[in-house]
Amino acid sequence: MAGFVRTAPEPTLPPPAASIGVVATLRDRLFSGPLASVFTVLGVVFLAWAIPPLVRFLVIDAVWSAPDGAACRAPGAGACWAYIWRKAGYFTYGSYPIDQRWRVDIVFIVGAILIAWLLIRRAPWRSVAAGLFFIAYPVMTVLLLRGATTLGLAIVPTDMWGGVLVTLIMALSGIVFSLPFGVALALGRRSTLPIVRFFSIGFIEIMRGVPMITVLFMANLMLPLFVPESWAPDRLLRPLIGVALFASAYMAEVVRGGLQAIPKGQFEGAMALGLTYPQRMRLIILPQALAIVIPGIVNSFIALFKDTTLVAIVGIFDFLRAVDTARLDPEWAGPTITATGYVFAALFYFVFCFGMSRYSLAVEKELAKSRNR
Amino acid sequence: MASAAPKPKIWNDPFWRGLIFQGALLVVVLFLLAGAVINARDNMQARGIPTDFAFWDRPASFDINQTLIPYSATSPNSQVFWVGLLNTLLVAGLGIVLSTVIGFAVGAARLSTSWLVAKLAAIYVEGIRNVPLLLQIIFWYNVVLGNLPHPRQAAPFLDIAFLSNRGLFVPAPVFGPGSNAIWIALTIGIVGAILFRLWAAKRQRDTGRQAPVGWVTAALVIGLPLLAYLAAGRPIGVDYPRLKGFNFTGGQRLTPEFVALLLALTLYTAAFIAEIVRSGILAVPKGQSEAAAALGLRATPTRKLVIMPQAMRVIIPPLINQYLNLTKNSTLAVAIGYPDLFNVFSGTVLNNTGAAVQIVFMTMAVYLVVSLITSVVMNAYNARMSLRER
Repeated sequence: MAGFVRTAPEPTLPPPAASIGVVATLRDRLFSGPLASVFTVLGVVFLAWAIPPLVRFLVIDAVWSAPDGAACRAPGAGACWAYIWRKAGYFTYGSYPIDQRWRVDIVFIVGAILIAWLLIRRAPWRSVAAGLFFIAYPVMTVLLLRGATTLGLAIVPTDMWGGVLVTLIMALSGIVFSLPFGVALALGRRSTLPIVRFFSIGFIEIMRGVPMITVLFMANLMLPLFVPESWAPDRLLRPLIGVALFASAYMAEVVRGGLQAIPKGQFEGAMALGLTYPQRMRLIILPQALAIVIPGIVNSFIALFKDTTLVAIVGIFDFLRAVDTARLDPEWAGPTITATGYVFAALFYFVFCFGMSRYSLAVEKELAKSRNR
Repeated sequence: MASAAPKPKIWNDPFWRGLIFQGALLVVVLFLLAGAVINARDNMQARGIPTDFAFWDRPASFDINQTLIPYSATSPNSQVFWVGLLNTLLVAGLGIVLSTVIGFAVGAARLSTSWLVAKLAAIYVEGIRNVPLLLQIIFWYNVVLGNLPHPRQAAPFLDIAFLSNRGLFVPAPVFGPGSNAIWIALTIGIVGAILFRLWAAKRQRDTGRQAPVGWVTAALVIGLPLLAYLAAGRPIGVDYPRLKGFNFTGGQRLTPEFVALLLALTLYTAAFIAEIVRSGILAVPKGQSEAAAALGLRATPTRKLVIMPQAMRVIIPPLINQYLNLTKNSTLAVAIGYPDLFNVFSGTVLNNTGAAVQIVFMTMAVYLVVSLITSVVMNAYNARMSLRER
């Protein structure tokens, strides 16, 4: 009796009807259990409650273009985007003279190019970009924004600067100063020399232990007292120093994390090669440590960027202060102006911070890939 | 053989080099400090700024709209310090409790199996974290609480709490005679519950038998004070706010500044706590919950006995850090005029007396002491809780 031997595999059956298609996906994602179902229903109820008035205020009832505040004052009017559009120059440049604003534009554009160059990890000549960004760019910024009569640029005093310009100056000079200073503090904290370590730890812990606003107050009120009267720093420079010192302490802790992640063998190998301490750090340790902490640096830059809003409290005209002042303009004053201004400011900060945090996540993923190969 | 090694030059000897370098650093730092002190003294004398602490006992001569301890405009500046400190501790304490509750809920929601809820929680976290706290504070204060109606058209919540442009009016408890018995009962209940839990844990370790810990705790902590309340003839009354004329009387008034600051601080910190909780739970290896399932544990005991104890080890250090951040961030009260320590002391008293150096340093010292104490406690906790591997 001949046995039955299958020569070809049986055709595969389709998956059970209940596990494919839209219904199954919905059930998996939204109604996988009784508790999940309850939460999903609550979520839908919340959306139905929150979304329609929000859309109505921000889009449907919004006033998109108007010559003045009359249309926005009409009953039932939503967000007054026309006002944002009209005040955009003020929000960006503050009271910077209108015919000189091209100088600010150049600073913005060059800064954007340099930062993109630094952040794109496959870009060539990134060390050149770093040199330009940390040395040449600050010099150019000061010359262009402040002006220099020898170059034919009219002097613009700092109390006319304002808006996004001041916010970016605060954040960028914070990072330009805090990165080298933070590296120095981090190295000092791990130094074998007790006095160096004492000063580094003292500075870092004091700065991290007090609220930023007290540091700003100190910079604003006491810095002029600590130096001879003729040296009293400029009104904009004082909070700038406060922000930079504050950011350095946080940067030092980020860099310390990177230094601690470097295997001991790297230090010993560098020593065995006969390299001196500065050579060891510059050529072996810091390139590796800083590469690891790029996400951390970006995250502390995000925090710094948000924290620059605090300078508004010590009387500096940053973006948030510009928005908060513009809402009092009688020509536009109306019931929705304040909300419109704040929503716009929130969007501005959100776009910057969220973009940067996505970047830092992407770098983190890439680093994890190269480390676990 | 070793004695043949030549003596290195002094700048090649690590010991001497370190000494010279540190000496130079010390000289520079001391020089800067001395310069700052001398300049500060000269500048302050030249401008007639006080350099002593005489302002401490002088009358403050301004009013504060929220005081937890007796205060009037004739009180000394020292009293302003304590009023401000208590207001800071009030908003920070309440903020810590509320943000922990919301943060843990949102953190758990981000891991919900319901896609919609997880996404909503993610939107909350990203939306709040990426917008400056100062903007959120002035948003709540100027937009949400600034557009509130007059007390006559106040927004009621179940007719017991009212929100108007004068603030939030909530019912206040009134403690009559005999209410001490309730506090005593509550204390006994809490102590009893702790003792019972210790006993139950020991018995479970020794015999494996479990005790109804939850029910007994509830009975001791809630039931006992309730019994005392009834036995003492219901001494606690409630004072409801009532509209009288143009304003509310009775109840407890929470100023708009307080409500705005508390809301903003709570929601902001909760977003950070949610991320900490989420990453803490995800840090527990999947093998742990699989092993728990293999042992036959259901979902709830798995969460309670296996996942959370291990997750808490990861969660607590950054969580404490967030509590510190919240406390430090409460200084932003100055933007809306909530009378916290920084606002009334470093703001008003400083402007009135001009004693900038003393006051700013005192204020910094308060926050520094809180931070340092917390970090000492945290380091001790970490040393105790860190995994001891072989």
